[in-house]
Amino acid sequence: MARALINVPPKAKRGELIEIKTLISHNMETGFRPDNTGKPVPRDIITEFVCKYNGEEIFRAELYPAVSANPFLTFFTIATESGTLNFEWTGDNGFSATESVNITVE
Amino acid sequence: MKSVATAAVATALLTATAVAAEIPLADRKSGYDFMGRETRAMQDDDTANPGTLWVLDGEALWKRKDGAAGKSCADCHGDAQASMKGVAARYPAFNAARGRPIDLEQRINMCRTDQQQSTPLPFESKELLALSAYVGRQSRGMPIDIADDERTRPFLQAGRDMFNQRQGQLNLSCGQCHDDNWGQKLAGAPIPQGQATGYPLYRLEWQALGSLQRRLRNCLVGMRAQSYTFGAPEYVDLELFLMWRARGMPLETPAVRP
Repeated sequence: MARALINVPPKAKRGELIEIKTLISHNMETGFRPDNTGKPVPRDIITEFVCKYNGEEIFRAELYPAVSANPFLTFFTIATESGTLNFEWTGDNGFSATESVNITVE
Repeated sequence: MKSVATAAVATALLTATAVAAEIPLADRKSGYDFMGRETRAMQDDDTANPGTLWVLDGEALWKRKDGAAGKSCADCHGDAQASMKGVAARYPAFNAARGRPIDLEQRINMCRTDQQQSTPLPFESKELLALSAYVGRQSRGMPIDIADDERTRPFLQAGRDMFNQRQGQLNLSCGQCHDDNWGQKLAGAPIPQGQATGYPLYRLEWQALGSLQRRLRNCLVGMRAQSYTFGAPEYVDLELFLMWRARGMPLETPAVRP
């Protein structure tokens, strides 16, 4: 199971711009590197990241082999209402990881 | 004949003074001070520092029972936040059983073989790095405090000699870059002082956490010198000297470096 770190302010004022930072452990093997015996190591990367705020999609990213290991994605949104932010990473070889964080908007 | 001998002595003296330029204590700088604003921000924020991923893995390993003894690290040492505070700042440290200094990774593996009756973790394996990062994290911000006594002194001297020894096809010593030319540029990148304050650290170039020995191996390969196998006494002596050289500086584990 991949380990993910999420940084979302636990409290925000309504209408405030908040920064969301996400970091997930993943090798992001490009598929272009040879192993010790010269055979290419098969590609194994995260291909998609989606963030939903109370069920509504607010951010989506497509990832490619040039993205570094342990991808760090940060983005901004406007705090509209209290609720949950859901994060989902999907990738090669059936990779899937989810995280959720609660936010209180006053 | 006599003039040849005099010339040889004169050359030896010149060489001796050329390598004697150790950085004054007050002028020492961590590699952190040579980094850009963004990389510094990455190290300072635990949720942006990828080293945290290893620290969290280490925390899980700390509590995992292992080996024939069926013991976890926590079974002997309890809460690492209390028991491991300051430990990493004192390593490499002299080990009486081995009769020489050992580094933190070797100490962890000694616990694994002797106490847990398990197999030692391979050097640079994810598990060993996770454990050393977790133990190191407990000393973050504490001053590096290497014992300089009659037991460690011969090994400190061996490390210092290696630091000042020209080697490899480029015929360079560590000190020529890190004592004499720090702050200058090497292929566009600043040359740091080589203060080993943040190991194991996340190097963006590696896209992973790595130990000080991995970093030393990098430098030796760059000098086109013969590198040693991981865990070799030569590395530990050099680690000991480097940590002593950074004495009093705060530990940054897990640091981030470009």
